Formats: sequence, C-alpha cells, structure tokens
Amino acid sequence: MTSIVTDRMQTPERATQRKSLRARLQEWLPKIVLAPSFAITLFFVYGFILWTIYLSFTKSKAFPSYTLTDARAYQRLWRWTFESNPPSSWYTSITNMVIFGVLYIVFCLAIGLFLAILLDQKIRGEGVLRPIYLYPMALSFIVTGVAWKWFLDPGLGLEQTMHQWGWTSFHFDWIKNKDYVIYTVVIAGVWQASGFIMAMFLAGLRGIDSEIIKASQIDGASPIQLYRRIIIPLLRPVFLSALIVLAHMAIKSYDLVVALTSGGPGGSAWLPSNFMYEYTFKRNEMAVGSASAVIMLATMSAIIVPYLYSELREKNR
Amino acid sequence: MRKILMASAILAATALSAHAEDVKEVQMLHWWTSGGEAAALNVLKQDLAKEGYTWKDVPVAGGGGDAAMTALKAMVAAGNPPTASQMLGYTVLDYAEAGKMGDLTETAVAEGWDKAVPAALQKFSVYNGKWVAAPVNVHSVNWLWINKAVMDKIGGTEPKNFDEFVALLDKAKAAGVTPLALGGQNWQEATMFDSIVLSTGGPEFYKKAFNDLDEDALKSDTMKKSFDNLAKLKDYVDPNFSGRDWNLATAMVIKGDALVQVMGDWAKGEFKAANKEPGVDFLCYRFPGTDGSVIYNSDMFGMFDVPENQKAAQIALAKATLSKSFQSAFNVVKGSVPARTDVPDTAFDACGKKGIADLKAANDGGTLFGSLAQGYGAPPAVANAYKDVVSKFVHGQITTSDEAVNQLVQAINDAK
Repeated sequence: MTSIVTDRMQTPERATQRKSLRARLQEWLPKIVLAPSFAITLFFVYGFILWTIYLSFTKSKAFPSYTLTDARAYQRLWRWTFESNPPSSWYTSITNMVIFGVLYIVFCLAIGLFLAILLDQKIRGEGVLRPIYLYPMALSFIVTGVAWKWFLDPGLGLEQTMHQWGWTSFHFDWIKNKDYVIYTVVIAGVWQASGFIMAMFLAGLRGIDSEIIKASQIDGASPIQLYRRIIIPLLRPVFLSALIVLAHMAIKSYDLVVALTSGGPGGSAWLPSNFMYEYTFKRNEMAVGSASAVIMLATMSAIIVPYLYSELREKNR
Repeated sequence: MRKILMASAILAATALSAHAEDVKEVQMLHWWTSGGEAAALNVLKQDLAKEGYTWKDVPVAGGGGDAAMTALKAMVAAGNPPTASQMLGYTVLDYAEAGKMGDLTETAVAEGWDKAVPAALQKFSVYNGKWVAAPVNVHSVNWLWINKAVMDKIGGTEPKNFDEFVALLDKAKAAGVTPLALGGQNWQEATMFDSIVLSTGGPEFYKKAFNDLDEDALKSDTMKKSFDNLAKLKDYVDPNFSGRDWNLATAMVIKGDALVQVMGDWAKGEFKAANKEPGVDFLCYRFPGTDGSVIYNSDMFGMFDVPENQKAAQIALAKATLSKSFQSAFNVVKGSVPARTDVPDTAFDACGKKGIADLKAANDGGTLFGSLAQGYGAPPAVANAYKDVVSKFVHGQITTSDEAVNQLVQAINDAK
C-alpha cells in the first residue's frame, strides 16, 4: 500500500519533470538543429571574409603567405582605377560592372514589367506563354553563354544566317568588338532574367485589389493613367525585391562572361569577379586578388547596409 | 579477453598492411584533350598498363592549361595531390618552393637523366638539386605551318626574313585566301609575338628582353619595331579571329581556308590527326629570321609528394615517361621533339627530324631560349602581364607601339 501511495505522490512530480524536460527540449531543439548551419556559415562565410581581408595585406603569390606587409595590393588597385588610357584590367572591370549592372537591372525591370502587364490582360493561353518566358531562368549561365556565343558569332550565327538569306550588308560583330562586347553580356543576361522578373511582377499584379482598379475605372481613369498613377506605384515592394535579386545576380555573373566571351578581346569583357579569379588563381597574385575581393565586398556593403538599415527601422516603428 | 585483444590486434595489423599495400594506379592531371594530344597520351597509358599500372585520368580541358592549374591548386591545397600533373615551367618551381613536390633524384641518377636532358630544361625539372619533374617533350614555338596546296596555288616560296613573309601574306590576300590563321586569345597572340621579337631583334635581344627582363631592352626601339611588325601581321587576319581556339585556327590551314599559322609544333599533331603528311600536304618552316634559334617550352610531369604507398607507381610513371621508346613514340604523335637528346630520330617525319636537329644545335650553340608566352621566360605573373599587353595591342586598347612598350615595362614591373 505504502508503495502505491508513494507512487501516487510521485506521479505528478514526475509529470512536471517530464514536461519540463520536453519543454526544455522544445526550447533547445531549434537551436540544436540550426547550430551546424550557423557554425558552417560563421566559418565558411564570415571566417573566410576575414581570411581574405588578412591575405590582402600579405605578400601572397601562388599560395597563401601569412607575413603581413603594407597595403601594397590596394595601392596598386588604386593606381589602376585611374588608368583609363590604355585601360588597365581593373579599370575595364569596374567600368564594365557599372555598364552591365545599370543596363541589366533597368532592362530586366522594364521588359519584365512590360511582359507582365501584357500577360495580365486576361489573354488566352497564358498558361502556355508564362513558362515559355520563364524557361530561360532554368538554364545555367554557362548554357546561356554558350548558346548566345554561337548565336552572336559573326561566322556561325545571326550574321552568317542573314548573309545566307541574301542580306549581305548585315553586320553585327559586337561580340568580337572590344568596345561593344560588354553589351552582348547584357543582352544574354537580360534574355535570361527578364522572364523571371516578369513572373514576379505578374504575381504582384495579381495581388492588387480589384476594387481599387474598378473604383478608378468608374472615376474615369484611362488605361495608361490607371497603370501610371495606380498600379505601378502599388508594385513598389515588387520593384524592391526584383532590384535586390537583379543586383546580386549582376554582381556575381562571372560564368556568363567566361562562357559567352572567354574574357572578350584583350580582356575587354571582364567584370570584377573575373579580375579577382584571374589574379588569384591564374596569375599567382593572391594578395591583389584578395584586395579586389575586399573592395567588391566593401562596395556591396555600401549599397546593402543602408538599405537593410532603413528596412529594419521601418519595421521597428 | 586476451583472445579478443589478439583478434583485434590481428585485425588491425591486416588492416594496416592492406593500407600500406602499393597503389597500382597512376592519377594524372592534364589538359591534353584535343585529337592529336589525346592520341599521344594514349601511348603512355599503354606503356604503364604493360607494367600493371592502371591509369586514372583527370582531364581538364582548355589549351593553355589555365583551368587545369586551378584544379591542381585546389587538389594540392586540399592535401590530395595527383600522382603527377602536366605542368609548365615556373609552375613546377612554385610548387617545389612550397614544398609540395616529391623527389626523383635516385631514379634520375640511376637512369642518367642529367646527361640526357638539355641543361635549359633542367632549370625547370630540378629544384635545389632534387629532380621534381619528368620532362615529356620539348616544343618549340617559332614555327610556321603552311598549307602546301594553297602555297603552290599562289606560287609562294619559303620566306627568309620578315619582309618576305609579309610579301607572301600579300600574295595570299590577293588570291582571296585568309593569309594568317590566328586565334585571338592572349596566349596565342603572345606566342606569335615571341617569334616576332626573336625575328626582329635576334637571339641576343630576345634573351635580354624576355629571359632576363632587362628594362633597357624592353624599352628599346627594337621592341617598338617588334610591336610595329605585330601590327603589320594583324592586317592579314580574318575579322572573326577574336576568341578562336588554336586548334580551330590550325583547322583553317588544314582545310585550306587559310595559308599559314604561327604556332608551336603541337599544331603538327592536328595535321597528323587529320592524316596530313609534311612536305606533301603541309610545310613547316622556322618563323622567318629565326632559323638557328629555338624558343622552347616543355611539358613536364610534375611529381608530387605522395604518400609512401603511391611512390612505386610514381617512379614507374617517371621511368616510363623518360624511357627512350616512349619519348620517341609519344613525340612522333604529339609533334614535339624528345626531351632527351640521345633518342634516335628514325621514327620522326621531316618536320620532327628538323626539330630534333635544331634543338641539338640550339642547345650546343646557346640559342635555346624559354618562351615568355608559354611561361618559360619568366614567372607566371610576369608572363601574364606580358600576354595582357600583347593582347590589348592586338585588339586595339593599346594603339601605338610607343604606348605598348611603356605598358609592357610598367606591367612587368608591377608583376615583379
């Protein structure tokens, strides 16, 4: 009997113990599950950022060296920044980055929005058309690059075909031209990404309250006014997320340049990422390569940090 | 209890001995992926198979080997080097300096490599008295490869100097053939420029400028004249040359679309692979004005510091690589000449025989120079800076030879 009593006495206590264990587990489980990925990110992203910064102040050549020196690598990059005639490889890379980044983002947004508006007119066969525009996004940059390389090659693609069809004065050799080769990278990049941006805008358009549109139509707004004054301003959040997606794709597009132009005539299609790779791995100038990577990171942060800051502040309000 | 201990000890011992057993596999990183090159490498595979070693290929395509070198760096950095890797010039020394290379000295002494291999090559295969690489071949880059049918059609003869060369190109242009097949990638342009500098300035000048990196020579009027000559040759290239691979440029000559290509003797491998015969279908001449000198580069098999149980396989590979029979068989297919001077030239065609004789003469006469474009003139940073300047000159970012010379000096100083 006594044993039963003690058992009864103990049971609630045990239950609370068990509950607290479960509660504790529930509390800890997410942290335990997240810990490995957190540790990996900490080490492989932030750890290597610090390591790259360290390397940029060393004399590393083919292999990492750990003896610190002055900011020699940065001094060289700084000097190269202003060498425009003849252009240094670094100067070419950063000017290309500006040209490519601006045109890529602007054209993707414009074409994406335009296509989305057209597809939003309740047309027949939307289900067929949408994936057709979206499909290029499923290709890797390498495939896009190679396909466009053949298409744009004057001896194989567009120009050759036009000549065979009898339009012999047709001339389109941008991909072989040092001044225009970066624009072919823009063309291929826009072709690939604008369908995706279209899908984003389409989702945004579908999310707009139809009451607002109906109300403005009753008020007598013309279709152009409707889009300009009401719908496009309402898409502002979509613009922002599209901008972020495009900006990071622009900055990391290394493979497109390699596949499409293999660097371009005389290295004229380089982007900073190509510069970094070339100097670090091909030219045994790891310090210079690291310095260029650090500058890329700093430039990115200068854009992203104020944006994140303003976003977070708005949320806190 | 004791039994269990014993059993586990025996297990551990067998496991250890199994681990220490020799690996019968050779892991080889290379970028010989085009027709003639792949065929040439097959010879070595078969030789090793006879000795019971299997071959694990790690091919990384790309003519200049840039991609392969990046892959190699990753493998070595991860502590997992291949048994051997195709390597060029200073790359071997870089890795040796970093302490990543093995030591083949014992084998080298036993096989008498130090006597048979030209001294200029040993500069790259021996580091601090230790053999770290096995040279496979000697290429020379100052060659012209000419389609004979086209040559006969335009009634051309062997050009003896640069002006005659330009006259020959003019003839081809008048006949409506692309005179000069060039691939517009920086290493191809720079390889051609190596020959132009040797032709314009002579052997002494080449050595001063491109092996000793003497600033006065780099800045000199002779160098400016060399750039002017490069500009002249650029006029004979078809408009679509930019970015073309070297073997596609060779194919233009093979097909008769173009008259001539300035390229290293690996181009001959492509002619061979297309069943073309020297003297019948194509002609090989030294670049006009460079007869008697050889600008070389050499493919080496860098031998890494591998675990003990892979050493036997590595030594077998090195021995097979420098055996006279392989040197002859391989180089007949590849288009290059043997890396040892005591290999008989009986199996070689006319171009190969000329190449072997030229190498011997250049080795004796002191006119055997490393190619800067191919990474045998100066370390990679300098070689790449040089390729940049030449390529920017060809593609028009640099417009005058004065500017080109200034850029060259500055780029080389930056890279030093």
